[in-house]
Amino acid sequence: MSIKILVCITHVPDTTSKISFTDSDTKFDKNGVQYIIGPYDDYALARAVEIKESGGASITVLNVGLAETEPTIRKALAIGADEAIRVNAEPVDSFFVATQIAEVAKEGNYDMILMGRESIDFNSGVVHGMVGEMLGLPSFSPVMKLELNGEEVSMTREIEGGKDHLKAKLPIVAGCQEPIAEWRIPNMRGIMTARTKPLNVKEPVSVEQHVKTEKFELPPPKGQCKLVDPEHPEELIKLLQNEAKVL
Amino acid sequence: MAILVFVEIADGIVKKSSLEAVSYGAELASNTSGPVTALVLGSVSEDKLEAVGKSGAEKILLVEDERLNQPLVSAYATAIAQAFEKSDSKTLILAKSALSDIVAAKVAVKTGAGIVTNVSSLPDLSNGFHVQRSIYTGKAFENVSVKSEKKVLGIRKNVVQIKEDGSSSVIEKLAVDFSDKDFTTNIEKTEKAEGDILLTEAEIVVSGGRGLKGPENWGMIEELAKELGAATGCSKPVSDMEWRPHHEHVGQTGVKVSPNLYIAIGISGAIQHLAGVNSSKVLVAINKDPDAPFFKAADYGIVGDAFEVVPKLTEAVKALKN
Repeated sequence: MSIKILVCITHVPDTTSKISFTDSDTKFDKNGVQYIIGPYDDYALARAVEIKESGGASITVLNVGLAETEPTIRKALAIGADEAIRVNAEPVDSFFVATQIAEVAKEGNYDMILMGRESIDFNSGVVHGMVGEMLGLPSFSPVMKLELNGEEVSMTREIEGGKDHLKAKLPIVAGCQEPIAEWRIPNMRGIMTARTKPLNVKEPVSVEQHVKTEKFELPPPKGQCKLVDPEHPEELIKLLQNEAKVL
Repeated sequence: MAILVFVEIADGIVKKSSLEAVSYGAELASNTSGPVTALVLGSVSEDKLEAVGKSGAEKILLVEDERLNQPLVSAYATAIAQAFEKSDSKTLILAKSALSDIVAAKVAVKTGAGIVTNVSSLPDLSNGFHVQRSIYTGKAFENVSVKSEKKVLGIRKNVVQIKEDGSSSVIEKLAVDFSDKDFTTNIEKTEKAEGDILLTEAEIVVSGGRGLKGPENWGMIEELAKELGAATGCSKPVSDMEWRPHHEHVGQTGVKVSPNLYIAIGISGAIQHLAGVNSSKVLVAINKDPDAPFFKAADYGIVGDAFEVVPKLTEAVKALKN
């Protein structure tokens, strides 16, 4: 059986990026920042490619973003997606992005919609739940294992202090995290073929925006680290009790 | 402006983070003069709900349905959305948890509410509805305004103190109209560490890294944690090598914690690890490498051998308790 998988990816600053803002702290400063596929989305993509290799699947990768995200989308094609869709819009908030994904999904008849458990820029962790609700599909997150057996999906979901094992029927939406699959690095052949794989651009549907960004802020800078003599670690306990007042 | 707070139950007990959410609701209510109602799903004994009243809820809506003892996302979303409508609340508050983000997302879509998760402040109501949230995995904050009449807020730990001076709350049963679709997921098995303090709920976290050299050396981490009443965590390499279970992995792609005190032992402090701990109140690093990046982020540090320092620390905590 060959199934259709939609993998939604974010285009986000590398995890080591220094975060700063411009325009009176109203815009993220993109200067000198390296962009990557969201690490959680990368796990979702890697799992989709594994499913494709083992049982057959077609993979469509989707990003909501402006033209600047295309190198990131091409990387996903190089890793193993068959085609790509870019919804041509700034991803202003979770509800906006979820609405665009649901619109694309309605036309594509996908068996599985995979994405990361959250993006690493805005960390909302709600897009998978919203997409599921909009499409009337069950959604699961954070999923750390996903196996297909015909129409049935077996998943391991992380819960606080452990995990649970659950079963559901296709179609589903899942927010993924490690160790669902090993990240893939595109090989030369992948990079070459990615250049000619279809990347279709769609215009967004309009959405009423409920949540608006007013301003960004950086946390206050950290003071010096107070060092305690390793011969007298009990001094640390005293400081934590009397000075920091956390014991 | 009525406020509804979703209260999560874990192993028959109200989660501490949910009590914080109730107190957050009570603080918000003190500015808006609306009643605070807590919503509890599943079968739970009424004496366990006393703390919910103390932390600030006037009323508890209880959906007594045994099926809800399991964390079923769709059924939870249906129940919460119906309680949100029936209680005529304008704001829904949830404590951040592995379950609550996805449930909140579905409720927001069902009710047309604007949603903000990882909320790190009380709302400012002086000119509309403004609230601060943590973004870039704790490296920055975003101030947002919420325009919709209905609002869903997922709050982070440690935004408010838990109130203890509230009165007892009236318990009212709520009937929910579920559909078959709410129960299509089959949870076959749950694996949970019994009796441990949940990492996300802990006031103190003691974490170990590669510097501990092997899983057999975790005894001293556990002993220190036990004396401090702390939860145990670990770095990514440690969970990758399966020295410790994955749910203990703290960091960018693991659990994000914000305890009062985070003690990192033998963890160098890669930026991805720091991203998971940077909203903790006080950070302590113990590492034999004085150049370990963790010392740049830490409030207190000891440059020394963990195998010598940690047992002495445990003794000092014991002495303190006596």
